[in-house]
Amino acid sequence: MMRAGFLRDVSIALLTLVVLVAIPFIFTKPSLRDFLIYVMAYGLLAMSLNLLVGLTGQVSFGHAAYFVSGAYMFGLLMQSGRMSIPVAMLITVFGTAVLALVIGAICVRLKEIYFSFITLAFQMFIHSIILTWVSLTGGDQGLRGGIPRPPFLGIDLSNSVALYMFCAVVFVICILIMRQVWQSPFGYTLRLIRDNPNRANYLGVDIIRMKLGIFVLAGSMASVAGILLSLFVSGAYPEFGFWTTSGEAIFMIMLGSSQLFIGPIIGAILLRLLEHFVSIYTEHHGLVLGLVILAIVLGLRKGIADFVVDFFNERKEAKASVVESEQKKSLKERTA
Amino acid sequence: MNLEALFSCLSSSACAVTQVSTALIIGMLLFMVASGLSLIFGVLGVINFAHGAFYMAGAYIAYATYTATSSFLLAFLAGAAGVGLIGIIFERFIISRVYGKDILMQLLVCYAVILIFDDLVKIIAGPEYKMMGMPDMFALPPLEFLGGFVPAYYVFMIVTSLVIGAGLWLAIEKTRIGKIIRALAINPQMVGALGINTTLLYAAVFGVGSVLAGIAGALAAPTRTLTPGMGLSILIESFIVTVIGGMGSIVGALIAALLIGFTRAFGAIGFPLFVDGIMFGMMAIVLIVKPSGLLGRAVPR
Repeated sequence: MMRAGFLRDVSIALLTLVVLVAIPFIFTKPSLRDFLIYVMAYGLLAMSLNLLVGLTGQVSFGHAAYFVSGAYMFGLLMQSGRMSIPVAMLITVFGTAVLALVIGAICVRLKEIYFSFITLAFQMFIHSIILTWVSLTGGDQGLRGGIPRPPFLGIDLSNSVALYMFCAVVFVICILIMRQVWQSPFGYTLRLIRDNPNRANYLGVDIIRMKLGIFVLAGSMASVAGILLSLFVSGAYPEFGFWTTSGEAIFMIMLGSSQLFIGPIIGAILLRLLEHFVSIYTEHHGLVLGLVILAIVLGLRKGIADFVVDFFNERKEAKASVVESEQKKSLKERTA
Repeated sequence: MNLEALFSCLSSSACAVTQVSTALIIGMLLFMVASGLSLIFGVLGVINFAHGAFYMAGAYIAYATYTATSSFLLAFLAGAAGVGLIGIIFERFIISRVYGKDILMQLLVCYAVILIFDDLVKIIAGPEYKMMGMPDMFALPPLEFLGGFVPAYYVFMIVTSLVIGAGLWLAIEKTRIGKIIRALAINPQMVGALGINTTLLYAAVFGVGSVLAGIAGALAAPTRTLTPGMGLSILIESFIVTVIGGMGSIVGALIAALLIGFTRAFGAIGFPLFVDGIMFGMMAIVLIVKPSGLLGRAVPR
């Protein structure tokens, strides 16, 4: 089954990929590459969370659980030796999907604040397992010894440019998959569940199954984000699964837009830029970040991307109404 | 896993008494924080994710007052009053603007406030650990119960918390203002229509909830090390307490807080690695079996 917009999405994705790949050749500074890998990893996390927050209306406060599980599972598989990177990635995504299935089966039965609670609880549970199971995970020191990057299919990821290319490809593929879900009948069913669960129920939608489906998908995508980050930093740390990571992901969504498909990525870029510049001027970046969040939430009351989109829509409407009234005026003058 | 140690501790009354007193003070601190959280949620319908930051503020204010005046009574009062004031300011200027908005906004506002508080503490008090030490008025020989020794301060903490908890319960269940607050939780429009200033009442309830967090912080200050970010672990635990006990129920919060206190105190001996797991497990079970909590009102819808 082919959707009408599919070709358009694929061409946009290819274009994005070309731009991403071209950037390090135009601007050769390695710090820009590092910045982009960070944005891609966290952007993917925020995008996957938005499948729950924006699309289904479930505010998960524990999404970093799958992010950290992706990072650790992948790191441990690679450290065990004799496994190629793609195989380890597939196993990790599958393993995290199973984890999300088990946790999700409990969580999706709850609504609103209770859903936020229990997802947070499971995340902190996983975080505390990582901290206490020192022999496997290295405890609060994180997964040490580095993550080996053996070459596969002639690609050597220990080359930093190759690593960047690889991340860009994986990132674009994941975004394309999420875009398909966003526009699919499944995606529209989820919007129905978000806006009117009773009606969805009358129409015969199995709400629990739908919610569980998107929960597992979002978890799997978050694990890919975790894999990218662990590949990049060559390690995994318990902070990846701390509640602040989930809070940051939620803020990225808010900063961008929860209803615009690429909103969370815009948010990820803005937040990373903000942190980058704030950390140049002050070490108290929590204070500044907090004030910015308050200003945006209380002042704008919507995301920055939302604000821009609304601004242009309003201008368009204003123009249209001006044209309309002028037409009416001229009509009146003629009839008079 | 060391269940033998747990059994041998339970069979010797000295060890058992020590652990029970530890369980009680953990439980009482949790009860103070959780009942404030629960009160605010029950009446205002918002989850104050910044409640842990208020607890931290209470501890630091008490610490600062104690170092300045070396009077524990003043430190205690300053902690309670200071945090109450912070709570009212927070309610009026920040959280009241997101009433009725989706929880995404509430989460973000509180996330922002936690970030700000943690950094403010780092700026004002410094990032290093602080120890307040035992106040002079409690430098008494430990009291003996059944062969076990309990510091005098622990007894003071437990009694104070119980008295405050009982006072809160009486105020809500037996007084006229308590009746109004209970009505406010159910039908704020009606309460407003009867000529009662609901805005003022909301601020007052939020203030009382914050005072409870401040008291908990001030009480904890002599027994804990103070660090920026100390509010987080107690926030998570008091969430577990409110979920298990039921949102908006003070008695439920007490029962659940004691449950968690005993799990922590005895788990530390018997199964230190699984304490967190068991707490979260209990919460998950309660959420699945009875989402409104042990003594909570049934969730509408």
